[in-house]
Amino acid sequence: MAKVMMKGNEAMGLAAIKGGCRAFFGYPITPQNEIPEYLARVMPEYGGVFLQAESEVAAINMIYGASGAGVRSMTSSSSPGIALKQEGITYIAGAELPCVIINVMRGGPGLGGIQPSQADYKQVTRGGGNGDYYLLAFAPENLQETVNIVKEAFDLAEIYRNPVMIAVDGLIGQMMEPVDVDMEIPKREIPEKTWATTGTLGKRERNVVNSLYLDPQALENHSLKLKAKYDLMREKEQRYELVNVDHSEIVIVAYGTMARICRSAMEILNEKGINVGLLRPISIYPFPEKAFAELPSTVKGLLTCELSTGQMIDDVKIANNGKLPIGFFGRTGGMLPEPEEIVDAVIKMIGGMKNE
Amino acid sequence: MSNVLFKRTEALTSKEFSYCPGCTHGIIHRIVAEVLEELNILDRTIGVSPVGCAVMNYEYFNCDMQQASHGRAPAVATGIKRVLPNNIVFTYQGDGDLASIGTAEIVHAAHRSENITVIFVNNAIYGMTGGQMAPTTLVGQKTTTSPTGRDPRHSGYPIKISEMLATIPGATYIERVSVHNPQNVRKAKQAVKRAFEMQIQGKGFSMVEFVSTCPVNWGKTPQDALNWLVDNMIPYYPLGVYRQPEAGEKNE
Repeated sequence: MAKVMMKGNEAMGLAAIKGGCRAFFGYPITPQNEIPEYLARVMPEYGGVFLQAESEVAAINMIYGASGAGVRSMTSSSSPGIALKQEGITYIAGAELPCVIINVMRGGPGLGGIQPSQADYKQVTRGGGNGDYYLLAFAPENLQETVNIVKEAFDLAEIYRNPVMIAVDGLIGQMMEPVDVDMEIPKREIPEKTWATTGTLGKRERNVVNSLYLDPQALENHSLKLKAKYDLMREKEQRYELVNVDHSEIVIVAYGTMARICRSAMEILNEKGINVGLLRPISIYPFPEKAFAELPSTVKGLLTCELSTGQMIDDVKIANNGKLPIGFFGRTGGMLPEPEEIVDAVIKMIGGMKNE
Repeated sequence: MSNVLFKRTEALTSKEFSYCPGCTHGIIHRIVAEVLEELNILDRTIGVSPVGCAVMNYEYFNCDMQQASHGRAPAVATGIKRVLPNNIVFTYQGDGDLASIGTAEIVHAAHRSENITVIFVNNAIYGMTGGQMAPTTLVGQKTTTSPTGRDPRHSGYPIKISEMLATIPGATYIERVSVHNPQNVRKAKQAVKRAFEMQIQGKGFSMVEFVSTCPVNWGKTPQDALNWLVDNMIPYYPLGVYRQPEAGEKNE
């Protein structure tokens, strides 16, 4: 299929259907409303289930039920709504159910605002609910990448039997771009859902979907089994893009909409003769630590740029492991920087390093 | 050759119950299990376990089970039933689970007339956590968090779930029963059977509320607990059918 102009939220809805999603449960919250609105119209045409729940809490628990019954399921929300879903998400991770969660991030804390933000980085990458678990989490920067990842997410969720979160900011949800929802994604072997509760039909032992382990040794064993999955994700699912890093003096680390703004800043800087590259995490859990090992010796510093007061910077510090000086530039609360603000931050950082 | 007059229902596993002596969960489990077996629906049934004393009942019911977070069983059941409309889905919930933390989920499941069956066990106290006050705790009843007895000026009056849900157009079948003597056990089984039949016929939301005991946390012997139930619980929570389809039709 050729590319068509679509709004981000609607493109994600269609991508979910193309990825095999046949059950959507959600609750209205700005700026993601076009996802449920689109699926309310389109999901029935594909024989799937759309249901508006009474709350985000109920919606994520409906996902637990539907995923546990073996159907590809998705919910979407925005930051405060994701906070409400955390209870259900940790149960889903604990019970090892697959599902896809889209988080169209807005400013916080509390009710915050409705403009684009990346202030959910820690909520997305550090669990958010209780216990030793992680989500597989992606933060794409344009609609084509977003729809491809939404489709892949359903495969990955079933391979790892773990929730996958796609964290985009409100700008990606609201903007229009040409997109091909039928672009091929990698073919993966999907394990059979022998665990699903579909009724035994007298043909198999009964299945139980559960996250309760009262025996501490059993719970430790279960947690170690989960950890082995997260270790495998860290080995196999790190995704990133390196742009113009050869010979660069400063590498900007940025994802999502901030990465797009940084691309414009890079052009301005390169025209000024300042060699600047971009390290763009696409997976934010696992964080692409491998990318940092690929940086050439010309790189003298890293500038972390985020639409927050500085959350990903902690992961950058861990990946950098004390090797290079790290600067930070951020706007938050729904404010988006002009590329010139990032240009200034890079020039200031270079000046500071020369004075040392 | 001797005839078998009584045997364990195959809808229960051989796992021993974890319930306290004198607790009526055992009888209620057996009623639900016998109905699943007699209606010949066991192999297409998916049960949803609550948080509370019955949290482990995914080990007791001999069918596919999902364990839900506290109060969310009706939402989990909704998710299952919506994607598997031809299966039978039930929740089994206590009064802390259903009448306190899970009020939104139960009200909206009834409101949407989800075609599920809810088994609601109301013993007027939080049993699993050690005897705290529940929304259903009777006025004057002493618990660990109402040490001088429930005072309605402080904690309000006990919530009557069956009466409340019966006001909802989507609620198809609501009955309150008790299992304090054999006669009532038989009546309770009939109610559970009717509730599952409603679901089989696609008539929508059905719930059977059991008034029940908690001898350990009430500080009573099993027999005294049953007597207290008859003298105090049933007058406040009267038994009977609160809502049913008229002339076999779905409500509304």
